[in-house]
Amino acid sequence: MDELAADFHRTHPAVTLRPSYGSSGNFYAQIRNGAPFDVFLSADVVYPRRLAQEGVAKPESIFLYGLGRIVVWVPAGSAVDPAAALGSPRIRHIAIANPQHAPYGRGAEAALHTLGLYDAAKPKLVMGEDVAQTFSFVESGAADAGIVALSLALAPQAHGKGRYWEIPLDDYPRMEQGGMILKDSPGAQAFRAYLTSAGGRAILKKYGFYLPEGY
Amino acid sequence: MDWQAIGLSLRLAACTTAVLLALGVPLAYWVAFSPRRWKFLVEAVVALPLVLPPTVLGFYILLAIGPHSPVGALYARLTGGMLPFSFQGLLLASVLYSLPFTVQPIAAAFSSVDRKLLEASWCLGASRAATFRRVVAPLSLPGIATGAILSFAHTMGEFGVVLMVGGNIAGVTRTVSISIYDQAQSLDYAGAAKTSLVLLAVSFLVLAFTYAMQRRFWSLWPMS
Repeated sequence: MDELAADFHRTHPAVTLRPSYGSSGNFYAQIRNGAPFDVFLSADVVYPRRLAQEGVAKPESIFLYGLGRIVVWVPAGSAVDPAAALGSPRIRHIAIANPQHAPYGRGAEAALHTLGLYDAAKPKLVMGEDVAQTFSFVESGAADAGIVALSLALAPQAHGKGRYWEIPLDDYPRMEQGGMILKDSPGAQAFRAYLTSAGGRAILKKYGFYLPEGY
Repeated sequence: MDWQAIGLSLRLAACTTAVLLALGVPLAYWVAFSPRRWKFLVEAVVALPLVLPPTVLGFYILLAIGPHSPVGALYARLTGGMLPFSFQGLLLASVLYSLPFTVQPIAAAFSSVDRKLLEASWCLGASRAATFRRVVAPLSLPGIATGAILSFAHTMGEFGVVLMVGGNIAGVTRTVSISIYDQAQSLDYAGAAKTSLVLLAVSFLVLAFTYAMQRRFWSLWPMS
């Protein structure tokens, strides 16, 4: 997001971007109660759609910017191959985001079912409240492996700290990531246009957010 | 309604209070009566959990008790288990988190005992232990009770530390505050409100009962 903000500022010097980070569910509740944001980028397009249904913002302002992708991540010092980690008896704790409300957690649970590993993995599961906290469980060494977002595995902060294996997209329901304009302004319009432009997409892709062909 | 989570929170709060009384009373006694000039440093360390945001404190506790830390490695050697994602880990984290809530009221109560009474007791030949048992403790009972009640209540409502150390396992580390948060995050606001109401009611009953007991206990305490 920092690189995105810097690049956007370079191409649109008149607009200043001030990002606030948090979980989609928290922002949903805040926006419903009048939080003064201009644009909402959510990990799951369900939240913007719901806001549109409730009349908080216009449905036509919703746009997709990526598909959520999940990976199995193990710390660099681990002897376990990330592609085999979910079924490995050497793994004692697998961290996932809470499937009750975190989109990446739902993806992780669905992938475990598809891979036929859910029953074996269930007693090992520990849950973070979002995918970032899930990542911190594994990075700190408290959990031996985790199912996290590809964007986290590719983040500069995670560089060199671990290895990952991307779970095939077909193993879990599509996680459409979408945003919406909450308060219409030329700046908000410009930002949406930028995110869906080739330049914005290139940066998003570098960090693991991209749409397959045909979206 | 997540009764399992409510039961777990009550159990965690009761165990935390018991451990804190066992640790906190001697520590408070030392803080109140030690002649050491550097004891202000210990007082400052005891108060530190008040400063750090709970999630930050929880994150560092996670690092401190994880398998790569000396504490975590020692625990693994002794028990074969792990502290993060376990009830014992939560208990340890809660004890650290609520330490100032136990030590400060008890130390304040100990300090306010009239020095003349202590000296009179010593002059009459009572040992330090006997003086503590028969003079300091009875006179400080309201402060000890306050410390215990505050620690209990603080642990019941603990959220950030549990979130970082616990891993949200049903029946082991999913406390009632985590359960409420999950409900709110999944947009089940009615469910969250219901659980919150039960948490408030249960906490009110426990606190009211404790204060009532304290009053009766107080008047029955043998002063001889």
